[in-house]
Amino acid sequence: MDLMEYQAKELFAAHGVPVLRGEVADTAADARGAAERIGGPVVVKAQVKTGGRGKAGGVKLAGSPEEAAEKAEAILGLDIKGHVVRRVLVTQASDIEQEFYVSYLLDRANRTYLAMASVEGGMEIEQLAVERPEALARVSIDAITGVDAAKAAEIADAAGFAPDVRDQVVDVLVAMWEVFTAEDATLVEVNPLVKTPDGKVVALDGKVSLDENAGFRHPGHAAFEDSSAADPLETRAREKDLNYVKLDGEVGIIGNGAGLVMSTLDVVAYAGEDFAVDGHSVKPANFLDIGGGASAEVMANGLEIILSDPAVRSVFVNVFGGITACDEVANGIVQAFALLDSRGDEITHPLVVRLDGNNAELGRRILHDAALPHLEQVDTMDGAARRVAELAAAK
Amino acid sequence: MSIFLTESSKIIVQGMTGSEGRRHTQRMLRSGTAVVGGVTPGKGGQAVDFEGTTVPVFGSVKEVVDATGADVSVVFVPPRFAKAAVVEAVDAGVPLVVVITEGIPVHDTAEFFQYAENSGTTRIIGPNCPGLISPGRSNAGIIPADITKPGRIGLVSKSGTLTYQMMYELRDIGFSTAVGIGGDPVIGTTHIDALAAFEADAETDAIVMIGEIGGDAEERAADYVKAKVTKPVVGYVAGFTAPEGKTMGHAGAIVSGSSGTAAAKQEALEAADVRVGKTPSATAQLMREIMQAR
Repeated sequence: MDLMEYQAKELFAAHGVPVLRGEVADTAADARGAAERIGGPVVVKAQVKTGGRGKAGGVKLAGSPEEAAEKAEAILGLDIKGHVVRRVLVTQASDIEQEFYVSYLLDRANRTYLAMASVEGGMEIEQLAVERPEALARVSIDAITGVDAAKAAEIADAAGFAPDVRDQVVDVLVAMWEVFTAEDATLVEVNPLVKTPDGKVVALDGKVSLDENAGFRHPGHAAFEDSSAADPLETRAREKDLNYVKLDGEVGIIGNGAGLVMSTLDVVAYAGEDFAVDGHSVKPANFLDIGGGASAEVMANGLEIILSDPAVRSVFVNVFGGITACDEVANGIVQAFALLDSRGDEITHPLVVRLDGNNAELGRRILHDAALPHLEQVDTMDGAARRVAELAAAK
Repeated sequence: MSIFLTESSKIIVQGMTGSEGRRHTQRMLRSGTAVVGGVTPGKGGQAVDFEGTTVPVFGSVKEVVDATGADVSVVFVPPRFAKAAVVEAVDAGVPLVVVITEGIPVHDTAEFFQYAENSGTTRIIGPNCPGLISPGRSNAGIIPADITKPGRIGLVSKSGTLTYQMMYELRDIGFSTAVGIGGDPVIGTTHIDALAAFEADAETDAIVMIGEIGGDAEERAADYVKAKVTKPVVGYVAGFTAPEGKTMGHAGAIVSGSSGTAAAKQEALEAADVRVGKTPSATAQLMREIMQAR
């Protein structure tokens, strides 16, 4: 889960990473109040989970509380790369003498953590990594021993921090490590870390990503969820414990296993290139992994979510019978239809089912004999994808 | 041979008395695997009956290893206890620990992986994986044993169901070993580790490698194939249509900015002369042609 800047800074403050005073505001009037309490010039910053806020007009300097209200008025409601601004951070303005970059992240390739640091901050880090890789220090971190003052000093020295800021940077690195481990983060980034004219080192902006698998250790993290930005179907699916991602196509997809479902999306998109809806090719409408069991209830809940997506024109149920054999899956589908019927949900779209694997013949016969409305079977994944794309285009 | 497992592998199950552990222990036994014991803290001395086969339960990994000489542990314990379970298996000197559990915090995985590395004795497979199978010999995990037969293809995959799909499509040719390495961002055994083992395995003639979006493991594996692998390799990559920034089921399956895309992985594999199928069936067909030409 990616956090917004103000949420990241809450965690920074809680673990001793120096930040400037700030308050969030959802209205221009609140922004004025925040600026009055902070005093002096402030910066009004759009709180959205995307980069390039400054260029999009989402970050403005304000000399007075009145001006803070005006700037907030202009920023609230802005659309920044598809993210609508609903909240701003009003924060103390600061002069900047120098900008730096520091982060901790997961190093998937080496299966441990990586610290990155540079005394050439302020620029996009991806750009720096490509254009001046020698200016970006990368220090590998042992997952068991972590970052103490000595390791932090190694990172700071690898990046070449000057003596006037080095000790402060070491403290920041130790405090950031505490954020990284104590909060189960997969990314903690400060960009820029700045030196102010009075020689202080402060985190001016920050990014934190939290590991959702560690949620059981952090009940407080649930409050960081941005329910207003989530897709309503995704929210409903999550309430039913379904692993669902909304996409922008027409073919609803249900399958078992994340890899198989990802693959199903691809195969439908390829097949969809030969068909058209409203002048574009047919595409998958969602990712939905119902896992290994494929019980009637899970299948019914999945179908219900997919059928309530107005963009869906046909549905592809793609199941490989491995641990759960195909006859059990077929019975699950038959019962799911009955369950939907009893809930008053009508199946109005054509459904293509592909069953393969253990007891495939038996499963296919069960579905054939049940003669469910709008349901047809195709025995291969590629063939079924083609048929479901065709049905989406024909509807 | 086969990789990582043999017919003489002695398997223990950590979390055998839980519902998943019990269900899959039953299936492992049914496929002829030697499951010699279970571990559940506090339940040492009990035994579980599986269709007439009695498997003893021990209170600790050390006790079961001392008593049975077990050399593989399959871990089903819930996420919050998984790290301690793996550390216990490493401390007991178990050479292969297969972590099936899904939903383990990545900091815990990074720690137990480092712990296993430091031990110098233990290979980790997973977490969030289906385990591995050498058909007809041994089955450590949850891969269905009855969808394929023994043969000379090696398979390594991040995805469970795509593993099963591929094993099933090529069931007439058969597999030496199929390894599901898991879909988490940090995993103990990588594509490269499995490729190296298959390259060295006299009973494997060709390799199928299945990848998906996220990270750069497939790109690194492609470099490895180019430099070190002489056996034919075919590949498949899932997730071409995945949107940026969304986790697709597996915790590690996410495209971040321009990194981790399926297109980049396919390109890297093809640059290493790995033929990449457009669909799972097309990939199976590529492998079929290679095996039939031998």
